[in-house]
Amino acid sequence: MAMEMRLPVARKPLSESVGRDTKKHLVVPGDTITTDTGFMRGHGTYMGEEKLIASVAGSVERVNKLICVKALKTRYNGEVGDIVVGRITEVQQKRWKVETNSRLDSVLLLSSMNLPGGELRRRSAEDELAMRGFLQEGDLISAEVQAVFSDGAVSLHTRSLKYGKLGQGVLVQVSPSLVKRQKTHFHDLPCGASVILGNNGFIWIYPTPEHKEEGAGGFAADLETEGVRVSTEASLRTSSCLLLAMKWNWGALWSPGRTLRVPAAEAPSFLPSLAVSG
Amino acid sequence: MTQGAWCGGGVVRARATRADDVRRAKRLGSMASVSLSEAEKVYIVHGVQEDLRVDGRGCEDYRCVEVETDVVSNTSGSARVKLGHTDILVGVKAEMGTPKLEKPDEGYLEFFVDCSANATPEFEGRGGDDLGTEIANTLYRIFNNKSSVDLKSLCISPREHCWILYVDVLLLECDGNLFDTICIAVKAALFNTRIPRVRVLEDEEGSKDIELSDDPYDCIRLSVENVPCIVTLCKIGYRHVVDATLQEEACSLASLLVSVTSTGVVTCMRKVGKGSLDPESIFEMMETGKRVGKVLHASLQSVLHKEESLGPKRQKVGFLG
Repeated sequence: MAMEMRLPVARKPLSESVGRDTKKHLVVPGDTITTDTGFMRGHGTYMGEEKLIASVAGSVERVNKLICVKALKTRYNGEVGDIVVGRITEVQQKRWKVETNSRLDSVLLLSSMNLPGGELRRRSAEDELAMRGFLQEGDLISAEVQAVFSDGAVSLHTRSLKYGKLGQGVLVQVSPSLVKRQKTHFHDLPCGASVILGNNGFIWIYPTPEHKEEGAGGFAADLETEGVRVSTEASLRTSSCLLLAMKWNWGALWSPGRTLRVPAAEAPSFLPSLAVSG
Repeated sequence: MTQGAWCGGGVVRARATRADDVRRAKRLGSMASVSLSEAEKVYIVHGVQEDLRVDGRGCEDYRCVEVETDVVSNTSGSARVKLGHTDILVGVKAEMGTPKLEKPDEGYLEFFVDCSANATPEFEGRGGDDLGTEIANTLYRIFNNKSSVDLKSLCISPREHCWILYVDVLLLECDGNLFDTICIAVKAALFNTRIPRVRVLEDEEGSKDIELSDDPYDCIRLSVENVPCIVTLCKIGYRHVVDATLQEEACSLASLLVSVTSTGVVTCMRKVGKGSLDPESIFEMMETGKRVGKVLHASLQSVLHKEESLGPKRQKVGFLG
Protein backbone atom coordinates (compact mmCIF):
# COMPACT_ATOMS: atom_id res chain seq x y z
CA MET A 1 0.00 0.00 0.00
CA ALA A 2 1.15 3.53 -0.72
CA MET A 3 0.87 6.46 1.60
CA GLU A 4 2.36 9.84 0.77
CA MET A 5 2.29 12.67 3.26
CA ARG A 6 4.12 15.90 2.74
CA LEU A 7 4.31 19.52 3.75
CA PRO A 8 2.56 22.02 1.47
CA VAL A 9 4.68 23.86 -1.05
CA ALA A 10 3.81 27.34 -2.26
CA ARG A 11 2.92 27.50 -5.94
CA LYS A 12 5.56 29.15 -8.08
CA PRO A 13 4.14 31.98 -10.21
CA LEU A 14 4.25 31.24 -13.93
CA SER A 15 6.95 33.26 -15.65
CA GLU A 16 5.94 35.47 -18.53
CA SER A 17 7.92 33.67 -21.22
CA VAL A 18 6.45 30.17 -20.94
CA GLY A 19 6.41 29.13 -24.58
CA ARG A 20 3.62 31.36 -25.75
CA ASP A 21 3.58 32.18 -29.46
CA THR A 22 1.32 35.20 -29.32
CA LYS A 23 1.38 37.68 -26.49
CA LYS A 24 -2.10 37.91 -25.04
CA HIS A 25 -3.26 41.10 -23.45
CA LEU A 26 -4.55 39.82 -20.13
CA VAL A 27 -6.68 42.03 -17.91
CA VAL A 28 -8.42 41.75 -14.56
CA PRO A 29 -11.67 43.49 -13.55
CA GLY A 30 -10.98 47.19 -13.17
CA ASP A 31 -8.02 47.34 -15.55
CA THR A 32 -8.02 50.07 -18.14
CA ILE A 33 -8.01 48.63 -21.64
CA THR A 34 -7.64 51.84 -23.57
CA THR A 35 -8.28 55.55 -23.19
CA ASP A 36 -9.09 55.95 -26.89
CA THR A 37 -12.80 56.78 -27.16
CA GLY A 38 -13.10 55.70 -30.79
CA PHE A 39 -13.75 52.04 -29.94
CA MET A 40 -17.07 50.30 -29.53
CA ARG A 41 -17.32 48.32 -26.35
CA GLY A 42 -18.27 44.65 -26.47
CA HIS A 43 -18.84 41.96 -23.84
CA GLY A 44 -16.79 42.17 -20.67
CA THR A 45 -16.14 45.92 -20.84
CA TYR A 46 -17.74 49.08 -19.60
CA MET A 47 -17.15 52.78 -19.98
CA GLY A 48 -16.03 54.67 -16.92
CA GLU A 49 -14.34 58.06 -16.56
CA GLU A 50 -13.67 58.38 -20.29
CA LYS A 51 -11.80 55.06 -20.26
CA LEU A 52 -12.70 51.57 -21.37
CA ILE A 53 -12.47 49.30 -18.33
CA ALA A 54 -12.61 45.51 -18.19
CA SER A 55 -15.29 43.88 -16.07
CA VAL A 56 -14.09 40.26 -16.27
CA ALA A 57 -10.70 38.60 -16.02
CA GLY A 58 -9.52 37.44 -19.42
CA SER A 59 -7.83 38.33 -22.67
CA VAL A 60 -8.67 41.36 -24.77
CA GLU A 61 -9.87 40.70 -28.30
CA ARG A 62 -10.16 43.34 -30.93
CA VAL A 63 -12.03 43.14 -34.19
CA ASN A 64 -11.64 46.42 -36.12
CA LYS A 65 -13.42 48.88 -33.86
CA LEU A 66 -14.94 46.42 -31.43
CA ILE A 67 -13.14 45.59 -28.21
CA CYS A 68 -14.32 42.80 -25.98
CA VAL A 69 -12.79 40.78 -23.17
CA LYS A 70 -13.08 37.03 -23.37
CA ALA A 71 -13.13 35.53 -19.87
CA LEU A 72 -10.69 32.71 -19.18
CA LYS A 73 -12.79 30.86 -16.63
CA THR A 74 -16.50 31.07 -17.24
CA ARG A 75 -19.62 28.98 -17.32
CA TYR A 76 -20.48 27.32 -20.58
CA ASN A 77 -22.24 29.61 -23.06
CA GLY A 78 -24.06 27.52 -25.62
CA GLU A 79 -23.75 27.99 -29.37
CA VAL A 80 -25.89 26.17 -31.91
CA GLY A 81 -24.13 23.03 -33.12
CA ASP A 82 -22.00 22.40 -30.05
CA ILE A 83 -21.64 18.90 -28.70
CA VAL A 84 -22.22 18.69 -24.97
CA VAL A 85 -22.11 15.97 -22.36
CA GLY A 86 -24.71 16.57 -19.67
CA ARG A 87 -26.26 14.96 -16.62
CA ILE A 88 -30.02 14.72 -16.15
CA THR A 89 -31.11 16.62 -13.05
CA GLU A 90 -34.90 16.59 -13.39
CA VAL A 91 -37.60 14.76 -15.28
CA GLN A 92 -40.45 17.14 -16.08
CA GLN A 93 -43.54 16.99 -18.26
CA LYS A 94 -42.41 16.34 -21.85
CA ARG A 95 -38.79 17.39 -21.16
CA TRP A 96 -35.68 16.73 -19.14
CA LYS A 97 -33.50 19.28 -17.40
CA VAL A 98 -29.83 18.66 -18.09
CA GLU A 99 -26.91 20.04 -16.15
CA THR A 100 -24.22 21.28 -18.53
CA ASN A 101 -22.10 23.57 -16.35
CA SER A 102 -23.86 26.69 -17.67
CA ARG A 103 -25.78 29.42 -15.86
CA LEU A 104 -29.13 27.74 -16.41
CA ASP A 105 -29.98 24.09 -16.74
CA SER A 106 -30.29 23.02 -20.36
CA VAL A 107 -33.49 21.55 -21.71
CA LEU A 108 -33.94 18.31 -23.64
CA LEU A 109 -37.43 18.07 -25.07
CA LEU A 110 -39.09 14.71 -25.45
CA SER A 111 -39.68 15.51 -29.11
CA SER A 112 -35.93 16.06 -29.62
CA MET A 113 -35.07 12.62 -28.33
CA ASN A 114 -34.66 9.55 -30.50
CA LEU A 115 -37.05 6.73 -29.81
CA PRO A 116 -35.54 3.25 -29.53
CA GLY A 117 -35.22 1.56 -32.87
CA GLY A 118 -35.00 4.90 -34.63
CA GLU A 119 -38.71 5.18 -35.37
CA LEU A 120 -40.18 8.54 -36.30
CA ARG A 121 -43.61 9.25 -34.92
CA ARG A 122 -45.50 11.75 -32.82
CA ARG A 123 -44.85 11.45 -29.15
CA SER A 124 -47.93 10.20 -27.37
CA ALA A 125 -49.12 10.29 -23.79
CA GLU A 126 -47.60 6.83 -23.18
CA ASP A 127 -44.21 8.16 -24.22
CA GLU A 128 -44.61 10.95 -21.70
CA LEU A 129 -45.36 8.48 -18.92
CA ALA A 130 -42.43 6.30 -19.95
CA MET A 131 -39.93 9.16 -19.88
CA ARG A 132 -38.21 7.91 -16.78
CA GLY A 133 -37.64 4.60 -18.53
CA PHE A 134 -35.52 6.40 -21.15
CA LEU A 135 -33.54 8.80 -18.97
CA GLN A 136 -33.44 9.05 -15.19
CA GLU A 137 -31.97 11.58 -12.80
CA GLY A 138 -28.22 11.11 -12.73
CA ASP A 139 -27.89 9.67 -16.25
CA LEU A 140 -25.26 11.06 -18.59
CA ILE A 141 -26.07 11.92 -22.18
CA SER A 142 -24.24 13.29 -25.18
CA ALA A 143 -26.28 15.74 -27.21
CA GLU A 144 -26.04 18.62 -29.62
CA VAL A 145 -27.25 22.16 -29.06
CA GLN A 146 -30.31 22.85 -31.15
CA ALA A 147 -31.21 26.38 -30.07
CA VAL A 148 -30.35 29.00 -27.50
CA PHE A 149 -33.20 30.77 -25.71
CA SER A 150 -33.18 34.49 -25.06
CA ASP A 151 -32.21 34.03 -21.40
CA GLY A 152 -29.17 31.98 -22.37
CA ALA A 153 -30.65 28.57 -21.64
CA VAL A 154 -29.76 25.93 -24.17
CA SER A 155 -32.06 23.47 -25.89
CA LEU A 156 -30.51 20.12 -26.75
CA HIS A 157 -31.36 17.32 -29.15
CA THR A 158 -30.17 13.76 -29.59
CA ARG A 159 -31.55 13.25 -33.06
CA SER A 160 -28.67 11.19 -34.32
CA LEU A 161 -27.51 7.69 -33.58
CA LYS A 162 -24.20 8.88 -32.25
CA TYR A 163 -25.85 10.83 -29.40
CA GLY A 164 -27.82 9.41 -26.53
CA LYS A 165 -27.32 7.87 -23.11
CA LEU A 166 -23.72 7.13 -22.16
CA GLY A 167 -22.69 3.79 -20.73
CA GLN A 168 -19.74 2.75 -18.63
CA GLY A 169 -16.88 5.19 -18.35
CA VAL A 170 -15.40 8.10 -16.48
CA LEU A 171 -16.39 11.76 -16.55
CA VAL A 172 -13.70 14.43 -16.26
CA GLN A 173 -14.71 18.05 -15.72
CA VAL A 174 -12.50 20.84 -17.01
CA SER A 175 -13.13 24.52 -17.67
CA PRO A 176 -15.26 25.09 -20.83
CA SER A 177 -12.82 27.67 -22.16
CA LEU A 178 -10.22 24.92 -22.61
CA VAL A 179 -12.17 22.98 -25.24
CA LYS A 180 -11.83 24.40 -28.73
CA ARG A 181 -14.57 24.02 -31.33
CA GLN A 182 -13.54 21.65 -34.05
CA LYS A 183 -14.95 19.35 -36.72
CA THR A 184 -15.46 16.29 -34.60
CA HIS A 185 -15.59 15.76 -30.89
CA PHE A 186 -15.76 11.97 -30.86
CA HIS A 187 -12.33 10.40 -30.89
CA ASP A 188 -11.04 6.85 -30.67
CA LEU A 189 -7.62 6.75 -29.11
CA PRO A 190 -5.21 4.02 -30.19
CA CYS A 191 -4.74 2.86 -26.58
CA GLY A 192 -8.22 1.34 -26.38
CA ALA A 193 -10.10 4.28 -24.90
CA SER A 194 -12.55 6.58 -26.64
CA VAL A 195 -13.21 10.17 -25.78
CA ILE A 196 -16.10 12.59 -26.21
CA LEU A 197 -14.91 16.18 -25.78
CA GLY A 198 -17.97 18.14 -24.71
CA ASN A 199 -17.82 21.86 -25.44
CA ASN A 200 -19.13 22.50 -21.94
CA GLY A 201 -15.99 21.10 -20.37
CA PHE A 202 -17.42 17.66 -19.57
CA ILE A 203 -15.17 15.05 -21.10
CA TRP A 204 -16.36 11.48 -21.27
CA ILE A 205 -13.78 8.69 -21.47
CA TYR A 206 -14.93 5.15 -22.05
CA PRO A 207 -13.48 1.86 -23.22
CA THR A 208 -13.77 1.55 -27.01
CA PRO A 209 -16.54 -0.93 -27.78
CA GLU A 210 -15.35 -3.91 -29.83
CA HIS A 211 -18.12 -3.59 -32.36
CA LYS A 212 -20.02 -0.49 -33.27
CA GLU A 213 -23.74 -0.90 -32.82
CA GLU A 214 -25.58 1.04 -35.48
CA GLY A 215 -29.22 0.73 -34.66
CA ALA A 216 -29.35 1.18 -30.92
CA GLY A 217 -29.42 4.96 -30.92
CA GLY A 218 -27.72 5.07 -27.57
CA PHE A 219 -30.37 3.65 -25.25
CA ALA A 220 -29.09 0.21 -24.47
CA ALA A 221 -26.47 1.04 -21.86
CA ASP A 222 -24.33 -2.04 -21.55
CA LEU A 223 -24.09 -2.89 -17.87
CA GLU A 224 -22.16 -6.11 -18.20
CA THR A 225 -18.55 -6.79 -17.39
CA GLU A 226 -17.40 -5.51 -20.73
CA GLY A 227 -14.52 -3.74 -19.01
CA VAL A 228 -11.60 -5.66 -20.42
CA ARG A 229 -8.74 -4.79 -18.13
CA VAL A 230 -6.64 -3.13 -20.84
CA SER A 231 -9.32 -0.77 -22.03
CA THR A 232 -10.39 0.11 -18.48
CA GLU A 233 -6.82 0.90 -17.63
CA ALA A 234 -6.52 2.96 -20.81
CA SER A 235 -9.51 5.10 -20.01
CA LEU A 236 -8.34 5.65 -16.45
CA ARG A 237 -4.88 6.72 -17.55
CA THR A 238 -6.40 9.08 -20.10
CA SER A 239 -8.52 10.72 -17.45
CA SER A 240 -5.50 11.14 -15.16
CA CYS A 241 -3.55 12.76 -18.00
CA LEU A 242 -6.38 15.17 -18.65
CA LEU A 243 -6.63 16.13 -15.02
CA LEU A 244 -2.87 16.65 -14.87
CA ALA A 245 -2.98 18.82 -17.98
CA MET A 246 -5.77 20.94 -16.59
CA LYS A 247 -4.02 21.36 -13.25
CA TRP A 248 -0.93 22.63 -15.00
CA ASN A 249 -3.00 25.03 -17.12
CA TRP A 250 -1.85 23.61 -20.38
CA GLY A 251 -4.30 25.45 -22.60
CA ALA A 252 -6.78 24.14 -25.10
CA LEU A 253 -7.65 20.54 -25.84
CA TRP A 254 -8.26 19.68 -29.43
CA SER A 255 -8.01 17.08 -32.12
CA PRO A 256 -5.60 14.17 -31.92
CA GLY A 257 -2.28 14.50 -33.62
CA ARG A 258 0.72 15.13 -31.46
CA THR A 259 1.48 13.15 -28.35
CA LEU A 260 0.71 14.58 -24.95
CA ARG A 261 3.84 16.20 -23.58
CA VAL A 262 4.11 15.01 -20.00
CA PRO A 263 7.35 15.25 -18.01
CA ALA A 264 8.96 11.86 -17.73
CA ALA A 265 8.71 11.75 -13.94
CA GLU A 266 4.94 11.93 -14.05
CA ALA A 267 4.24 10.08 -17.28
CA PRO A 268 2.13 6.97 -17.15
CA SER A 269 3.54 4.06 -18.99
CA PHE A 270 1.76 4.80 -22.23
CA LEU A 271 0.53 8.13 -23.49
CA PRO A 272 -2.73 8.76 -25.27
CA SER A 273 -2.33 10.65 -28.50
CA LEU A 274 -4.47 13.55 -27.48
CA ALA A 275 -2.87 16.84 -28.33
CA VAL A 276 -2.64 19.65 -25.88
CA SER A 277 -1.48 23.02 -27.12
CA GLY A 278 0.23 25.27 -24.63
CA MET B 1 -40.23 26.41 -4.15
CA THR B 2 -41.19 29.35 -6.34
CA GLN B 3 -44.83 29.67 -5.33
CA GLY B 4 -45.59 31.86 -2.38
CA ALA B 5 -42.44 33.87 -2.96
CA TRP B 6 -44.21 37.24 -2.81
CA CYS B 7 -45.62 37.59 0.67
CA GLY B 8 -43.39 37.45 3.73
CA GLY B 9 -45.25 34.50 5.22
CA GLY B 10 -44.91 32.56 1.99
CA VAL B 11 -41.18 33.00 1.92
CA VAL B 12 -40.87 31.68 5.48
CA ARG B 13 -43.01 28.65 4.67
CA ALA B 14 -41.01 27.91 1.53
CA ARG B 15 -37.74 28.06 3.39
CA ALA B 16 -39.02 25.74 6.15
CA THR B 17 -40.04 23.07 3.62
CA ARG B 18 -36.70 23.26 1.87
CA ALA B 19 -34.91 22.77 5.18
CA ASP B 20 -37.14 19.77 5.84
CA ASP B 21 -36.19 18.32 2.47
CA VAL B 22 -32.53 18.77 3.25
CA ARG B 23 -32.98 17.17 6.65
CA ARG B 24 -34.79 14.23 5.11
CA ALA B 25 -32.01 13.76 2.60
CA LYS B 26 -29.50 13.98 5.42
CA ARG B 27 -31.14 11.16 7.35
CA LEU B 28 -30.73 8.90 4.36
CA GLY B 29 -27.05 9.63 3.78
CA SER B 30 -25.32 12.20 5.85
CA MET B 31 -22.35 12.96 3.64
CA ALA B 32 -22.31 15.46 0.83
CA SER B 33 -23.44 13.51 -2.20
CA VAL B 34 -22.73 13.50 -5.89
CA SER B 35 -25.15 12.06 -8.46
CA LEU B 36 -23.89 9.27 -10.68
CA SER B 37 -25.56 7.23 -13.37
CA GLU B 38 -26.01 3.48 -12.90
CA ALA B 39 -23.47 2.73 -15.61
CA GLU B 40 -20.84 4.90 -13.93
CA LYS B 41 -21.38 3.09 -10.64
CA VAL B 42 -21.09 -0.29 -12.34
CA TYR B 43 -17.88 0.89 -13.98
CA ILE B 44 -16.41 1.90 -10.63
CA VAL B 45 -17.45 -1.40 -9.01
CA HIS B 46 -15.93 -3.47 -11.81
CA GLY B 47 -12.74 -1.48 -11.66
CA VAL B 48 -12.43 -2.02 -7.90
CA GLN B 49 -12.84 -5.78 -8.32
CA GLU B 50 -9.66 -5.67 -10.41
CA ASP B 51 -7.83 -3.35 -7.98
CA LEU B 52 -8.14 -0.44 -10.42
CA ARG B 53 -9.72 2.69 -9.03
CA VAL B 54 -10.76 5.66 -11.14
CA ASP B 55 -7.66 7.69 -10.29
CA GLY B 56 -5.32 4.74 -10.75
CA ARG B 57 -4.82 3.91 -7.06
CA GLY B 58 -4.91 0.46 -5.58
CA CYS B 59 -7.56 -0.51 -3.03
CA GLU B 60 -5.28 0.31 -0.07
CA ASP B 61 -3.68 3.51 -1.32
CA TYR B 62 -4.34 6.92 0.09
CA ARG B 63 -4.39 10.11 -1.96
CA CYS B 64 -1.58 12.55 -1.33
CA VAL B 65 -1.92 14.29 2.03
CA GLU B 66 -0.66 17.79 2.79
CA VAL B 67 -0.28 18.72 6.44
CA GLU B 68 0.57 22.11 7.84
CA THR B 69 0.43 23.16 11.48
CA ASP B 70 0.31 26.55 13.19
CA VAL B 71 -1.82 28.23 10.54
CA VAL B 72 -4.17 30.13 12.87
CA SER B 73 -2.30 32.56 15.06
CA ASN B 74 -4.73 33.15 17.94
CA THR B 75 -5.13 29.50 18.92
CA SER B 76 -3.04 27.31 21.18
CA GLY B 77 -2.53 24.92 18.29
CA SER B 78 -3.90 24.49 14.80
CA ALA B 79 -3.48 22.33 11.75
CA ARG B 80 -4.74 22.20 8.19
CA VAL B 81 -4.90 18.93 6.29
CA LYS B 82 -5.68 18.45 2.61
CA LEU B 83 -6.45 14.96 1.33
CA GLY B 84 -7.17 15.23 -2.36
CA HIS B 85 -9.87 17.91 -2.44
CA THR B 86 -10.99 17.37 1.17
CA ASP B 87 -9.80 20.33 3.24
CA ILE B 88 -10.03 20.43 7.05
CA LEU B 89 -8.91 23.15 9.45
CA VAL B 90 -8.62 22.36 13.18
CA GLY B 91 -7.98 24.87 15.94
CA VAL B 92 -7.29 23.98 19.57
CA LYS B 93 -7.83 26.51 22.31
CA ALA B 94 -6.78 25.84 25.89
CA GLU B 95 -8.95 27.46 28.51
CA MET B 96 -9.01 27.14 32.28
CA GLY B 97 -12.05 25.68 33.92
CA THR B 98 -13.30 23.38 36.64
CA PRO B 99 -12.82 19.63 36.26
CA LYS B 100 -15.74 17.28 35.87
CA LEU B 101 -17.17 15.93 39.12
CA GLU B 102 -16.47 12.26 38.38
CA LYS B 103 -12.85 12.93 37.31
CA PRO B 104 -11.58 15.67 39.61
CA ASP B 105 -7.89 15.31 38.78
CA GLU B 106 -8.12 15.36 35.03
CA GLY B 107 -8.72 17.93 32.34
CA TYR B 108 -10.82 17.10 29.28
CA LEU B 109 -11.36 17.76 25.58
CA GLU B 110 -14.43 19.24 23.95
CA PHE B 111 -15.03 18.73 20.26
CA PHE B 112 -17.07 20.90 17.96
CA VAL B 113 -17.39 20.29 14.24
CA ASP B 114 -18.61 23.01 11.88
CA CYS B 115 -19.59 21.89 8.38
CA SER B 116 -19.37 25.18 6.56
CA ALA B 117 -21.40 26.00 3.48
CA ASN B 118 -18.05 26.45 1.75
CA ALA B 119 -17.88 22.72 1.30
CA THR B 120 -21.19 22.16 -0.42
CA PRO B 121 -24.46 24.14 -0.69
CA GLU B 122 -26.21 21.30 1.18
CA PHE B 123 -24.52 22.52 4.36
CA GLU B 124 -26.11 25.93 4.19
CA GLY B 125 -27.96 27.07 7.30
CA ARG B 126 -28.74 24.10 9.54
CA GLY B 127 -28.03 21.55 6.83
CA GLY B 128 -24.57 20.68 8.09
CA ASP B 129 -25.55 20.28 11.75
CA ASP B 130 -26.44 16.58 11.56
CA LEU B 131 -23.15 15.64 9.98
CA GLY B 132 -21.31 17.88 12.42
CA THR B 133 -22.83 16.23 15.50
CA GLU B 134 -22.21 12.77 14.03
CA ILE B 135 -18.51 13.54 13.53
CA ALA B 136 -18.22 15.17 16.97
CA ASN B 137 -19.81 12.14 18.65
CA THR B 138 -17.38 9.84 16.82
CA LEU B 139 -14.47 11.96 18.02
CA TYR B 140 -15.73 11.80 21.61
CA ARG B 141 -15.96 8.03 21.34
CA ILE B 142 -12.50 7.46 20.01
CA PHE B 143 -10.93 9.73 22.63
CA ASN B 144 -12.99 8.19 25.40
CA ASN B 145 -10.27 6.00 26.87
CA LYS B 146 -7.48 6.43 29.40
CA SER B 147 -4.53 6.27 27.08
CA SER B 148 -5.32 8.45 24.05
CA VAL B 149 -4.42 11.75 25.67
CA ASP B 150 -2.78 12.11 29.09
CA LEU B 151 -5.58 14.01 30.79
CA LYS B 152 -3.84 14.09 34.15
CA SER B 153 -1.22 16.44 32.73
CA LEU B 154 -4.02 18.92 32.05
CA CYS B 155 -4.88 19.21 35.72
CA ILE B 156 -3.71 22.36 37.54
CA SER B 157 -5.17 21.79 40.98
CA PRO B 158 -7.55 18.91 41.69
CA ARG B 159 -11.25 19.73 41.98
CA GLU B 160 -10.60 23.40 41.29
CA HIS B 161 -8.73 24.18 38.11
CA CYS B 162 -7.85 22.26 35.00
CA TRP B 163 -7.19 22.87 31.34
CA ILE B 164 -10.05 22.28 28.96
CA LEU B 165 -9.00 21.85 25.34
CA TYR B 166 -11.65 23.06 22.93
CA VAL B 167 -11.01 21.38 19.60
CA ASP B 168 -12.85 23.12 16.76
CA VAL B 169 -12.97 21.42 13.39
CA LEU B 170 -13.91 23.36 10.28
CA LEU B 171 -14.82 21.60 7.07
CA LEU B 172 -13.72 23.71 4.15
CA GLU B 173 -14.07 21.32 1.26
CA CYS B 174 -15.53 17.86 1.05
CA ASP B 175 -14.36 15.21 -1.40
CA GLY B 176 -14.99 12.02 0.50
CA ASN B 177 -13.21 10.41 3.46
CA LEU B 178 -14.03 13.04 6.03
CA PHE B 179 -13.35 11.02 9.17
CA ASP B 180 -9.80 10.06 8.29
CA THR B 181 -8.84 13.59 7.39
CA ILE B 182 -10.43 15.07 10.50
CA CYS B 183 -8.56 12.65 12.75
CA ILE B 184 -5.24 13.37 11.07
CA ALA B 185 -5.90 17.09 11.49
CA VAL B 186 -6.89 16.71 15.16
CA LYS B 187 -3.74 14.72 15.87
CA ALA B 188 -1.58 17.30 14.10
CA ALA B 189 -3.27 20.17 15.93
CA LEU B 190 -2.82 18.47 19.33
CA PHE B 191 0.85 17.92 18.45
CA ASN B 192 1.14 21.63 17.74
CA THR B 193 -0.74 22.73 20.89
CA ARG B 194 1.27 24.73 23.37
CA ILE B 195 -0.36 25.18 26.77
CA PRO B 196 1.16 27.92 28.93
CA ARG B 197 2.80 26.69 32.10
CA VAL B 198 1.05 27.90 35.25
CA ARG B 199 1.89 27.77 38.92
CA VAL B 200 -0.53 27.72 41.79
CA LEU B 201 0.46 30.04 44.63
CA GLU B 202 -1.17 29.70 47.98
CA ASP B 203 -1.63 32.64 50.34
CA GLU B 204 -1.65 32.54 54.13
CA GLU B 205 -5.45 32.80 54.09
CA GLY B 206 -5.64 29.70 51.89
CA SER B 207 -6.86 31.43 48.71
CA LYS B 208 -5.13 30.20 45.61
CA ASP B 209 -3.67 32.34 42.89
CA ILE B 210 -2.75 31.20 39.44
CA GLU B 211 0.41 32.64 38.02
CA LEU B 212 1.26 32.55 34.37
CA SER B 213 4.94 32.38 33.57
CA ASP B 214 6.43 35.48 31.94
CA ASP B 215 8.20 33.67 29.15
CA PRO B 216 5.70 33.16 26.29
CA TYR B 217 7.64 30.13 25.06
CA ASP B 218 7.45 28.33 28.38
CA CYS B 219 4.69 25.85 27.75
CA ILE B 220 3.76 22.25 28.09
CA ARG B 221 3.18 20.04 25.08
CA LEU B 222 0.85 17.10 24.86
CA SER B 223 2.14 13.70 23.95
CA VAL B 224 0.23 12.49 20.92
CA GLU B 225 1.87 9.06 20.70
CA ASN B 226 -1.35 7.26 21.53
CA VAL B 227 -3.84 9.52 19.78
CA PRO B 228 -5.75 7.26 17.40
CA CYS B 229 -6.55 7.85 13.75
CA ILE B 230 -9.63 6.65 11.93
CA VAL B 231 -9.35 4.48 8.84
CA THR B 232 -12.55 4.35 6.79
CA LEU B 233 -13.03 1.18 4.76
CA CYS B 234 -15.86 1.27 2.21
CA LYS B 235 -17.26 -1.94 0.89
CA ILE B 236 -17.63 -1.75 -2.89
CA GLY B 237 -18.80 -4.96 -4.51
CA TYR B 238 -16.80 -7.80 -2.99
CA ARG B 239 -13.78 -5.77 -1.99
CA HIS B 240 -13.16 -2.89 0.34
CA VAL B 241 -11.28 0.32 -0.40
CA VAL B 242 -9.43 2.77 1.77
CA ASP B 243 -9.84 6.51 1.26
CA ALA B 244 -12.90 6.55 -0.98
CA THR B 245 -13.71 9.62 -3.07
CA LEU B 246 -17.25 11.01 -3.21
CA GLN B 247 -17.99 8.95 -6.33
CA GLU B 248 -16.79 5.75 -4.68
CA GLU B 249 -18.78 6.49 -1.55
CA ALA B 250 -21.88 6.74 -3.72
CA CYS B 251 -21.24 3.17 -4.92
CA SER B 252 -20.71 1.75 -1.47
CA LEU B 253 -23.56 0.58 0.71
CA ALA B 254 -21.68 -0.07 3.92
CA SER B 255 -18.49 1.27 5.48
CA LEU B 256 -16.49 0.48 8.56
CA LEU B 257 -14.72 3.15 10.60
CA VAL B 258 -11.83 1.68 12.54
CA SER B 259 -9.99 3.83 15.03
CA VAL B 260 -6.37 2.61 15.30
CA THR B 261 -3.42 3.80 17.38
CA SER B 262 0.16 3.89 16.15
CA THR B 263 0.84 0.41 17.56
CA GLY B 264 -2.10 -1.13 15.75
CA VAL B 265 -4.47 -1.27 18.72
CA VAL B 266 -8.09 -0.74 17.80
CA THR B 267 -9.83 1.68 20.15
CA CYS B 268 -13.25 1.74 18.57
CA MET B 269 -15.12 0.54 15.53
CA ARG B 270 -18.30 1.75 13.91
CA LYS B 271 -20.35 0.67 10.95
CA VAL B 272 -22.07 3.28 8.79
CA GLY B 273 -24.33 2.92 5.80
CA LYS B 274 -27.59 1.20 5.11
CA GLY B 275 -26.11 -2.03 3.74
CA SER B 276 -25.10 -5.07 5.75
CA LEU B 277 -21.66 -6.52 6.37
CA ASP B 278 -20.72 -10.17 6.72
CA PRO B 279 -18.76 -10.94 9.93
CA GLU B 280 -15.90 -12.31 7.80
CA SER B 281 -15.72 -9.09 5.83
CA ILE B 282 -15.72 -7.13 9.06
CA PHE B 283 -12.74 -9.16 10.25
CA GLU B 284 -10.87 -8.65 6.96
CA MET B 285 -11.62 -4.94 6.95
CA MET B 286 -10.42 -4.63 10.52
CA GLU B 287 -7.12 -6.32 9.65
CA THR B 288 -6.68 -4.00 6.67
CA GLY B 289 -7.54 -1.05 8.90
CA LYS B 290 -4.87 -2.00 11.41
CA ARG B 291 -2.24 -2.46 8.74
CA VAL B 292 -3.08 0.79 6.98
CA GLY B 293 -3.43 2.67 10.26
CA LYS B 294 0.11 1.81 11.33
CA VAL B 295 1.55 3.17 8.07
CA LEU B 296 -0.66 6.28 8.38
CA HIS B 297 0.66 6.99 11.88
CA ALA B 298 4.27 6.47 10.85
CA SER B 299 3.93 8.89 7.90
CA LEU B 300 2.16 11.50 10.01
CA GLN B 301 4.81 11.31 12.74
CA SER B 302 7.64 11.74 10.26
CA VAL B 303 5.96 14.75 8.58
CA LEU B 304 5.22 16.44 11.89
CA HIS B 305 8.77 15.95 13.13
CA LYS B 306 10.14 17.17 9.82
CA GLU B 307 8.03 20.31 10.04
CA GLU B 308 9.16 20.94 13.59
CA SER B 309 12.80 20.46 12.70
CA LEU B 310 12.52 23.29 10.16
CA GLY B 311 12.06 25.58 13.15
CA PRO B 312 10.58 29.10 13.29
CA LYS B 313 12.23 30.04 9.97
CA ARG B 314 9.94 27.69 8.05
CA GLN B 315 8.03 29.40 5.29
CA LYS B 316 4.33 29.23 6.09
CA VAL B 317 2.14 28.54 3.10
CA GLY B 318 -1.25 29.05 4.75
CA PHE B 319 -4.24 29.83 2.58
CA LEU B 320 -2.64 32.04 -0.04
CA GLY B 321 0.05 29.70 -1.27
